[in-house]
Amino acid sequence: MLAYYLRLGMRSLRRNPILTMLMVLTIGIGVASSMTTYAVFRAVSANPLPEKSARLFAPQIDIWGPQSRAQGADMPDALTYTDAMALLRDKKAKRQTAIYPVNLTLVPQSERTEPFAVNGYAAYADFFSMFNVPFLYGGAWDMSQDDMHSSVVVISSQLNQQLFQGSDSVGRTIRLDDHDYEIVGVVDGWNPRPRFYDVNNSNGFNDPPDIFLPFMRAIDLQMNTNGNTNCYGSAGRKPGFDGFIHSDCAWVSYWAELPDANDEAAYRDYLTNYAAEQNRLGRFHWKPNVPLRNLVEWLDYEKVVPTETRISLWLSLGFLLVCLVNTVGLMLAKFMRRAGEIGVRRALGASRREIWTQFLAEAAMVGVGGGVVGVVFTGLGALGVGLVFEPDIARLAHVNVGLIGLTLACALLSTLAAAFYPTWRASRVQPAWQLKSN
Amino acid sequence: MQIRPILATLRHHKAGTLLIAMQIALTLAIVCNAMFIIHQRLARMSKPSGVDESNLLVVRNEWAGKPAPAQIGSLMAADLDTLRKVPGVTNVYATNTYPFSNTGLANGIGHSPDKRNYVSVTAVYFANENTLATLGLKLVEGRNFTTNEINDLGDHDKIAPDVIIVTRELAHRLYPDGSALGKTAYISDKPSIIIGIVDRLQIPWVDSSMAQWADCSTLLPFRQRVDTTHYVVRARPEQLADVAARVRATLYAAHHLRVIRPKDGVQTFAQVRAAAYESDRGIAILMGVISTILLAITAAGIVGLASFWVGQRRKQIGVRRALGATRHDILSYFLTENLLIGIAGVVLGGVLAIGLNLWLMKQFEIGRLAPGYVLTGVAMLLLLGQGAVFAPALRASRVPPVEATRSV
Repeated sequence: MLAYYLRLGMRSLRRNPILTMLMVLTIGIGVASSMTTYAVFRAVSANPLPEKSARLFAPQIDIWGPQSRAQGADMPDALTYTDAMALLRDKKAKRQTAIYPVNLTLVPQSERTEPFAVNGYAAYADFFSMFNVPFLYGGAWDMSQDDMHSSVVVISSQLNQQLFQGSDSVGRTIRLDDHDYEIVGVVDGWNPRPRFYDVNNSNGFNDPPDIFLPFMRAIDLQMNTNGNTNCYGSAGRKPGFDGFIHSDCAWVSYWAELPDANDEAAYRDYLTNYAAEQNRLGRFHWKPNVPLRNLVEWLDYEKVVPTETRISLWLSLGFLLVCLVNTVGLMLAKFMRRAGEIGVRRALGASRREIWTQFLAEAAMVGVGGGVVGVVFTGLGALGVGLVFEPDIARLAHVNVGLIGLTLACALLSTLAAAFYPTWRASRVQPAWQLKSN
Repeated sequence: MQIRPILATLRHHKAGTLLIAMQIALTLAIVCNAMFIIHQRLARMSKPSGVDESNLLVVRNEWAGKPAPAQIGSLMAADLDTLRKVPGVTNVYATNTYPFSNTGLANGIGHSPDKRNYVSVTAVYFANENTLATLGLKLVEGRNFTTNEINDLGDHDKIAPDVIIVTRELAHRLYPDGSALGKTAYISDKPSIIIGIVDRLQIPWVDSSMAQWADCSTLLPFRQRVDTTHYVVRARPEQLADVAARVRATLYAAHHLRVIRPKDGVQTFAQVRAAAYESDRGIAILMGVISTILLAITAAGIVGLASFWVGQRRKQIGVRRALGATRHDILSYFLTENLLIGIAGVVLGGVLAIGLNLWLMKQFEIGRLAPGYVLTGVAMLLLLGQGAVFAPALRASRVPPVEATRSV
């Protein structure tokens, strides 16, 4: 019977090609715009480390007090060097690392090649195990090298490709700024997006970092942070790098791995006690305020999903809604025009249920057509998305099997939802009335 | 035109009427908020920076191999000389940042050495005696820096200038009751004398969160000797592209150990501005495209449903025509019917538009929707409705009176 209904539907749709096309296009465009913006939204709101995100935490310490917030300054989303060092010394988490972004120049051995800039991070050995960083060759430096401020470096697979044509470069040296570093590991194309450990400095969607080096080595060499420095009200600092790092400027990111809820609670207590201790020492003059957010909460707090992406998603959902209302109207018109035909079928013994199935089958065909159009337009949309979003973000949106499936499903389901009322109306047609007017 | 019979008819087509009204309402709500957002973004994008943008380009230079500060000083001086000699270059200076760069330094400025107690936040631009001429800033009061006022500044040195030049807006905030010229302001814990006031100079950022002090910039007489420097180059208008193409190779020829990124190391100010407003432009385009398609779909929906109604009522139209109604009567019947539905739609849509705006204000820090946008949207949708219904209505008016005598 369903095959017969599909044939009937096809015939009916062909009888009025313009109206059919209008419905298919409306559904297709509505679904495509939603899917394109959803693809972008999905990419930027993804969980970059799902297997561990609930157990990784970024602490904050209120170093400027409530008065700073009354003046419009936010609580710093990084720690001061002093606080980061204190937390690292206490080692209260299973793993912990301080991090800051650095920008260096790489001077190639050959005079003929131009020097080029490399970006990366100064961090502790725990960084790699905490964040599940995969290695192509070698591995992380070990904690003793942290303590010795060793001149070692972990490089990206891209940089390894560029300098060593992809061969195992562990044990070789590279010259960054004015010092040599021994390569201990090559990262295997690791670039979580959003880059959760650096969203307080960047938009989180940049190219992968080229290098990682021990935190204390970077401090010894007085490397400046390539990220934000927030120095609310800290005018009285001593000049020079040493004065800077011992000031109340916040610029060091900090992450801790806390394997279960007990550890988390203990760490909160520890941070509160730390702030209370600072109160006793006369550094703070307010109630300890030490938020501890896990990775997902941190991304939310840092507003990683750009406003533009969220507005666009809502806008296209609104757009899809209008498209659906439009489809309801057109379908209603189309179905009710065939009241006479329905009357005849009903008089010949078709039940309401059968009428219902018949028209729903016709609607489903519109839905499938809309889905196909939707997939085509979503593809076009993914190509044109660079016009609307920043390049870093636009290139994250790509069409994959999942998205195609979602587009088809979304088109079919929304068309069936739109068809619900027109179909119900069609099934309520009174056969007697229709026959009488003839 | 009698409205009562139209209303009676519409009561028989509740669903269709409601659907069209709803579609008009939703379209109005979305389109007028979209127009508002587009207009806001365009207004932001067209805000003048105070800088003579069309003749400028920026070079971002990083010294490779970490030279000592003294060496950076002489390298920079040599670079400025080299750049000055490039044909087509009229002026150049070195600085930490420039408008639209999206990086830089912001400080509190006020009347007290206590940094927690400031009048306004200000962007800090390091400048020398050539800055005003290079950027094309208009000095409205006072004087420019002199060469011997420009001091060296190392990394993390204390920034405590003897003299500063501020923008007119900042001068007004510091001294609302009179001229700020010759008076002092604290940008560090030492007082600085305001020796000049320029008309306008935008801060390096275009974020809406900083819009409140977007015109509060301060020029400080420093030669900053750090790893990364920006050279701002002014060229003769017709030679800007030429200079931009040559400048990188020229600098490398003069000194090899440096990084000027091939991708974005040299940018004209037009490129810098475009990059700064990328997301604003993107949102404006998206809103524009969606609004246009939305209006088209609404119009198509009206055409579709009106055609259906005309088809359904051929017999009644025939009867009316046979009873003496003119073609014009039939035409205006359908136009009025559409107008009534349209009015219901826009009334509902106006409410929805304001509701949507309130929600957007809460979610996205968007301003309050001005009534002008709603009124424009209302006019647009009513006209759109009339335009869309015109063709089906015209077809209805052509139904011959003889239709009344035909059975289906």
